[in-house]
Amino acid sequence: MDAKTPLFPSAFDVKAPKGAEGWEGLYPYYTRFQPARRKEDDAKFWFCNSQHWPTPLRPFDVIFLDFAIKCLGQYNSRHLLVPPANGIDYRILNGFVYFSPVAVAPENIEARIPQFLDRAGHYFGNWGDLYANWKKKVLAMIAELDAISFTDLPDVVPVEWVKEGRGLDNTNALFEAYDKAIELSYKIWQYHFEFLNLGYAAYLDFFGFVKSQFPTIPDQAIAKMVQGVDSELFRPDDEIKKLARLAVELGVDGALMTGSVDEALAAVGKQANGAKWLAAWKAAQDPWFNFTSGNGFYSTDKYWIDHLDIPLSYLRDYIPRAKAGEQIERPTERLLKERDRITEEYRDMMDEEAQAVFDGKLGLARTVFPYVEDHNFYIEHWALGVFWRKMRELSVLLQGAGFWNEADGMFFLHRNEVRDVLWDYAAAWAIGTPNVGSAVWPEEVARRRKLVEALASQPPLPALNDPPEVITEPFTIMLWGITSDAIDRWTGKGDESGGLKGMAAAPGAVEGIARVLRSPDQLGELQKGEILVTPVTAPSWAPVFGKISAAVTDIGGMMSHAAIVCREYGLPAVTGTGTATAKIKTGMRLRVDGNTGTVTILD
Amino acid sequence: MSDLYTLDFSRISHADFARVGGKCASLGEMTQAGVAVPPGFAVTTEAYQAMLDHHGMKAEIERHLTGVDPFDIDQVDRAAQAIRIRIRSHKLPADVEAAIRSAYAAMGDNMPVAVRSSATAEDLPDASFAGQQDTYLWVRGADQVVEKVRDCWASLYTTRAVAYREKNRIPHIDVLMSVGVQKMVNARTAGVVMSLDPVNGDRTKIVIDASWGLGEMVVSGVVTPDNFTVEKVLMEITNRKISDKHVELVGDAEAGEAVEREVPEARRHIQCLSDAEVVAVAALAKRLERQNKCPQDVEWAIDADLPEGENLLALQSRPETIWSQKKAETPKKTYATGMMGIVGTLNSALTVKR
Repeated sequence: MDAKTPLFPSAFDVKAPKGAEGWEGLYPYYTRFQPARRKEDDAKFWFCNSQHWPTPLRPFDVIFLDFAIKCLGQYNSRHLLVPPANGIDYRILNGFVYFSPVAVAPENIEARIPQFLDRAGHYFGNWGDLYANWKKKVLAMIAELDAISFTDLPDVVPVEWVKEGRGLDNTNALFEAYDKAIELSYKIWQYHFEFLNLGYAAYLDFFGFVKSQFPTIPDQAIAKMVQGVDSELFRPDDEIKKLARLAVELGVDGALMTGSVDEALAAVGKQANGAKWLAAWKAAQDPWFNFTSGNGFYSTDKYWIDHLDIPLSYLRDYIPRAKAGEQIERPTERLLKERDRITEEYRDMMDEEAQAVFDGKLGLARTVFPYVEDHNFYIEHWALGVFWRKMRELSVLLQGAGFWNEADGMFFLHRNEVRDVLWDYAAAWAIGTPNVGSAVWPEEVARRRKLVEALASQPPLPALNDPPEVITEPFTIMLWGITSDAIDRWTGKGDESGGLKGMAAAPGAVEGIARVLRSPDQLGELQKGEILVTPVTAPSWAPVFGKISAAVTDIGGMMSHAAIVCREYGLPAVTGTGTATAKIKTGMRLRVDGNTGTVTILD
Repeated sequence: MSDLYTLDFSRISHADFARVGGKCASLGEMTQAGVAVPPGFAVTTEAYQAMLDHHGMKAEIERHLTGVDPFDIDQVDRAAQAIRIRIRSHKLPADVEAAIRSAYAAMGDNMPVAVRSSATAEDLPDASFAGQQDTYLWVRGADQVVEKVRDCWASLYTTRAVAYREKNRIPHIDVLMSVGVQKMVNARTAGVVMSLDPVNGDRTKIVIDASWGLGEMVVSGVVTPDNFTVEKVLMEITNRKISDKHVELVGDAEAGEAVEREVPEARRHIQCLSDAEVVAVAALAKRLERQNKCPQDVEWAIDADLPEGENLLALQSRPETIWSQKKAETPKKTYATGMMGIVGTLNSALTVKR
């Protein structure tokens, strides 16, 4: 290859998919590759984060890209001064998200160390108290979010307001509610990263140490030593299992098996023990049904609590299994014993000095790891679920005011454009004219909707420009599985077998039929025993892991959701294959080897 | 039955190790620990000693070796050969012979057995190397068993062994030998398993060589075996190489011997152990390592006559010597702990898997 030809194309040479020309207007200027900065941006390596943003963003959804990346960065660069790593730069290209980790100049690393020791050391030293406080803060914020409501502007200002001399109208509450929702979600994203980077750092330290002791130890074995068995992430699934058991016990299972949600619940209500089960069903919903089948980053995410047909369908999977005498509950005791056995056996193979170090690092990793797992429930599922629900309410309200024709119209506007719409709504209300937006947005929303659809027609490039010699940024490796090996896989280097290589994320090997799913909406297509092939999975897919025989993903590292859940469910998983969903078709026979990280297409 | 000249594997205790040799001791130990081992007995060193004491054999051997120049290989060879012929043709003391015949009869009627020498400590240091020791497979009938026991004893006086002892001033007569007589395995597949990776000493791995038929083909290197690596803690197969296994050694009941034959084309290239059997073999090695508290080198076989799940047999287990000794020499490292550990981790090019 010519020395001057980069391994991956420049962002500036990438064409828009057909029908998506002009997509740039969907997103703010600072998220785009700007020709005026071509030199700088071409000099960096960018990888596509299709793990967190697997489909093109709608304009409003840029909000959590902005917040997540800014807040990740602030902890590395401004709170903790992580010696070698600043934040992660981001861009949107053809609707997809590209990341570029920002390293600290080598000469500046040393000076950050004392600050890091002081700041991060305080967190590690007071983890329990700080984390307990974190939960309090987050729960308070969720309560505040939950209290927000949007109401139509009334015909007239209430007469009491006039008579008490308030001197203000109802538009203030509308603006405040919107601004408050945005502000709260921004704060929630800051909390999201308050412990996360540190959690990963401690885990990586343990990981690196174990690797130095046993260079060939599977990554998954290290993960198993640290991973908890009672993560709150598993609670929603556990609740469904409990409800399935209870339904069988109370004899209301038959009533649940057919009809819509309303029909099934009504049928249960007519049973002798129906009220008891319905009470349990209701009780489980708060907070455990604040659970998305996506990852919380999209306005299109479907939360169980808003779509009770999702938990009901899982319930309908579990009930027959419970009746057949299957153990549907996670075998937590066995998992815990297994974790202790694995830990003990590796420890036994170390010398005494190493054992002492191992104990220390393992202790810290196990202290921090519950956060790494649990934050996901509190933030992405619970808090963001509440946020999206509020935003959907607002979108419907503005639909009623004529701004767009569909309930989800607002999400084709950027969050700051929505602020303009609120002003338009308020001003027109006050002036007594029709709002201007009704003449502008319906057509514009339709145009943007088409653009987003056109963007989705073309899969993203895995990366842009030349990768660095080696990838060393710890978070990039840990979260996204972006290693030098992964890049070789994307470029087809080392792909001689015709099979796919990925990360050996969860052990075991099976053969079976592939089911390629690109969106959580397709989960219903899965048949028992199939191999799930998907760009990325979310923790809320947990119930489907009881059905499948293995999982294969395009993107994801050892700590990606698919990897964690598969290890938990004892299923083989190969993550970060790059191209599995492109190369594999539903119905193909596959061999998935989660020990070696290979996927072979058998026919 | 007296335990003086023969000792059933199930009766071998720790105190007997010196009189049954390494191989039989390990078989006895495994039998008692509940590891599936083909049944059998040891012909003790007392039996050998009794043979030497009988009719002045000891003096005869000494006479053959007097004045032999250990560096004159022809001289050594002539003396060694004479001694071997003498041991082979010597009629055993009646009580020793009766003990062997009676122990053999107790195994069953005309039972096919393997007869193997079981060396004691003063033997050639590399005698435990694969293929060096005398092994007679598919032996049948008491006469044959007695003859092969004598052959094993005679093997103490190979030219190499004699020269070695001469050079190292080890008194020949002090070196004793035990012989193991063990029920023949009808091996469908057999081989060797090491409870560490012999290539690099990695103790987190179990490495298996396996081929069709009896394990001697694997041990002697006549075939390229299938090779499996199993992760020791997760017990998952992490690597497999399936080879062309062109020959196998199988028992020929008619001829009363093990015969080498070509493997039919259809079987040559297929995996000779199922994945479940690979894991079972690995579990056996792991168990033996734990029992013996050091990495093990184990010979095993899958018996075609036994039901699935009970058909894996251990034939021999001995400490792995190469890496187990090296381990102590690895230089001590210092480790960064606490916050400095984390700083070091963040600053190093971690998990760059190149």
